[in-house]
Amino acid sequence: MFKGSSITVHDVNPEAQVANHGLLKYPHRLNFYDIPPTFDVTIEEFETCGLDRLRILAEIESSAARNRTAEELKDVTLKQNNKYLPLNMSKGSNGETDGERRRDHLSHFVLRLAFCRSEDLRRRFVKAETTLFKVRYDTDLGPERASFLSSRNFNWIPVESEEQKRFSQELAAAYQGNRTETGRPEKEKYYKVKWTRVPDLVERRKVFLKGGWAYVPSRELSSIIFQEFEDHLQKALEMTARLLPRLDEDTRLVPILDNLSQGFLAGISAEWTSAADAGNAENIKAEQIDGIAKKHFPLCMRTLHENLLRDHHLKHFGRLQYGLFLKVLGVSIEEAIVFWRKSFSLMTDDKFNKEYKYNIRHSYGLEGKRANYAAKSCMQILTPGPSDHGCPYRNYSPENLQTALLSTYSQQGLRAADLPEIMASVKTQHYHVACTRVFELTHSSFGVGRGEGISGENVTHPNEYAARSMELARPKDEEMVTE
Amino acid sequence: MDIDESSQPASPEVMLVFYRRLYPFKSIYNWLNHEHAPTQLFTHREFAFTLPGDVYLRYNSFGSADELKKQVCQLNPSRFEIGPIYSARPRDRKTVRAGAFTPLLRELVFDIDMTDYDPVRTCCAGTDICRKCWQFIAAAVRVLDSALREQFGYEKLLWVYSGRRGIHLWISDREAMELTDAQRKALVGWLTVVQGGKEGSRKLGLHGAKGQLSPALQAALDYLRTIFGALVLSNQDCFRSVEGYEELLKAIPDSRVVDTMRTKWTASPSRSSEDKWNDLLKQTQTKTQSNLMAALEDVILQYTYPRLDAEVSKHRNHLLKAPFCVHPKTGRVCVPLDLATIENFEPESVPTVSQLLRELDGIVRDDEDSKEFHSDWEKTSLKPYIELLDRHALSLMEATRNEKRKTDMSW
Repeated sequence: MFKGSSITVHDVNPEAQVANHGLLKYPHRLNFYDIPPTFDVTIEEFETCGLDRLRILAEIESSAARNRTAEELKDVTLKQNNKYLPLNMSKGSNGETDGERRRDHLSHFVLRLAFCRSEDLRRRFVKAETTLFKVRYDTDLGPERASFLSSRNFNWIPVESEEQKRFSQELAAAYQGNRTETGRPEKEKYYKVKWTRVPDLVERRKVFLKGGWAYVPSRELSSIIFQEFEDHLQKALEMTARLLPRLDEDTRLVPILDNLSQGFLAGISAEWTSAADAGNAENIKAEQIDGIAKKHFPLCMRTLHENLLRDHHLKHFGRLQYGLFLKVLGVSIEEAIVFWRKSFSLMTDDKFNKEYKYNIRHSYGLEGKRANYAAKSCMQILTPGPSDHGCPYRNYSPENLQTALLSTYSQQGLRAADLPEIMASVKTQHYHVACTRVFELTHSSFGVGRGEGISGENVTHPNEYAARSMELARPKDEEMVTE
Repeated sequence: MDIDESSQPASPEVMLVFYRRLYPFKSIYNWLNHEHAPTQLFTHREFAFTLPGDVYLRYNSFGSADELKKQVCQLNPSRFEIGPIYSARPRDRKTVRAGAFTPLLRELVFDIDMTDYDPVRTCCAGTDICRKCWQFIAAAVRVLDSALREQFGYEKLLWVYSGRRGIHLWISDREAMELTDAQRKALVGWLTVVQGGKEGSRKLGLHGAKGQLSPALQAALDYLRTIFGALVLSNQDCFRSVEGYEELLKAIPDSRVVDTMRTKWTASPSRSSEDKWNDLLKQTQTKTQSNLMAALEDVILQYTYPRLDAEVSKHRNHLLKAPFCVHPKTGRVCVPLDLATIENFEPESVPTVSQLLRELDGIVRDDEDSKEFHSDWEKTSLKPYIELLDRHALSLMEATRNEKRKTDMSW
């Protein structure tokens, strides 16, 4: 099994040297991300964490483009958040929340590295992260929020009651002047900060200003916190950007970071996310592929699979065709990488990582232009091309085809007597009819009769073939289990 | 010696003499640099020159006042502008990595231009300015100056006449110079009430649910109320014409009041603005309607509250014409103004460049062999203005010294 070597995320912040090593405790759900992670992570974790967080941030970004309201944005963000990076309140079991927070912590810093590199990326990252922080802050429970706030010095000065009395009229006017609700400013607790720390309140004239100090009522304190978060992150990103060149020595990280930032630039689309979802639904493990191939794959994919087993390699277009087929079949990216890694058994890890992993990930929409590539249909496969992939019914000589069919499907009920009929279809160039007939013959034990095809239709896509085949087999598998 | 009455554009020859003999480079240097020895406040500062024929040279920077003077005399620009302090010397910007050249510091600047007041002034229009409409500027200066000092706590404010029909403000407090663009935008948002230009007649709706103004606006209103009568009602007589009072009636929320007033005012077209305003004030007494009073307060703000050119203030890298430049059209020098006498300022009294040169000609030179003319301005009418800048620069230098001493003490 392929196992990524572990790396240490070197940090960029000088404080890292001072930070405690070993067990990082996360007493609060919210995090200002002051201290970078100093624990060891695998390359995989580094990447998947980053991707998961990216999914949340991409949704936040696209919300603006889709003109969602603040409420909708909150809902969507929370949904994504709970799906990819769940963060629970402290009351839950401690081990779990600590793990969640660790992932949150790590993923934030992974994306920092990826998004510090241009002014535009920094700006967008800060915006999305601040939104995420706001949503989390708003959903934080009162006591937990309070303990988070007290864990950090925000440098606000509580306004003495005498001073508050002195400015009571102004404070009241600032308070009511912009609010329809009736509040009681004399009951409100006020804090003084430099006005530059609450520019949003200043811009909307929601505070009282005196000599450069803004008098912020306690319910507007979040404004200070969000601004602090934003400023802090902005500065940290600039610092990271200056120090990033020193990170280039690790060749494994740079492509990952490149891809992450490109994903943000291209905007991870919704279909990309849903494609990943669809994949997860079936959840086929790498080690299952061989078994499934023998039972359910059409001849074209069987051929590719067997070539791969025989040669421990496939050429580029073969990999592409087979890889996309597997993706749509329901093999997740993690499993696909495991599968290919095992299949390319003559290769070193390094070579695989450098030369092949990218393409696999690319076909899953995780690299490059991040398109959601569909698996090739029969139509595309039938288009002339090199011979070790493509449609065997078309490419193989009649003799070879007959041999191949017999050796491949004889165990599933294909008899030599059936061959003339199949070959007749091939001769008239009705390759899909031939393929459909093979499906019928090999699935007769499931009650598929002549002319029924795949739910009454001819094969037009290898994935249809495989999916129907697996669907038919399912009740039987379950029976076997119950027996 | 006669003083020419009409202002006129300055010729390149005249400009060259002005730069060589009169322009106070040293004072400008002190004002920008905050201390005697050159710092990044000066060396990393962008200067941009406008040459005849619409040639615009950006990203110049200089090591000292003399270098600046040399270059100015060589290029003889029709005017030059001052930009921000960058992370590197602007003239070396191509040698630093892209992205590493960013504006860091910049005086907080404001620009008020008479054109934004065109909808509410009746005496002049376009580029003209007279004593009457200068009062709009004076009111704006009063409001802005006190707001920036009282609310934001800034102290080092320099008001500069823009040479024709506006005024600039440069704030050199360290805290003001360090503001980010976002903070500048917030500050401008705080100060902006009336959008300039055509949308000037939109309703303001500044009052809260309980009819209260935010304290900052209340303070502005308290002052503007005192000058509203003289400026808008008698000086400008804004509501005498039909268009004028219709504009006023648009702001009144109560349609019955509007109808009553319109009937009354149409019947007697000779009623002055003051009479009409009093008619409205009477309505507030009889009808005990707080929203009518609020509407009238809105009108006061609408007509007299400072109208800012927001874009100038929002961005650190915005260039603004340097003080003591000559306005190319009027030939007048952009002189700093004393806040105490802002109401009495007369744009026509500002020396023009040709007038100054004539004053120079009148000077009998004592030592003919002296080649430097540094102190020539002392004998001209430019003197009080340069002394004003020098005093301002001195207070900046003192603040810097005190700051340094404080840090020294901490050791």
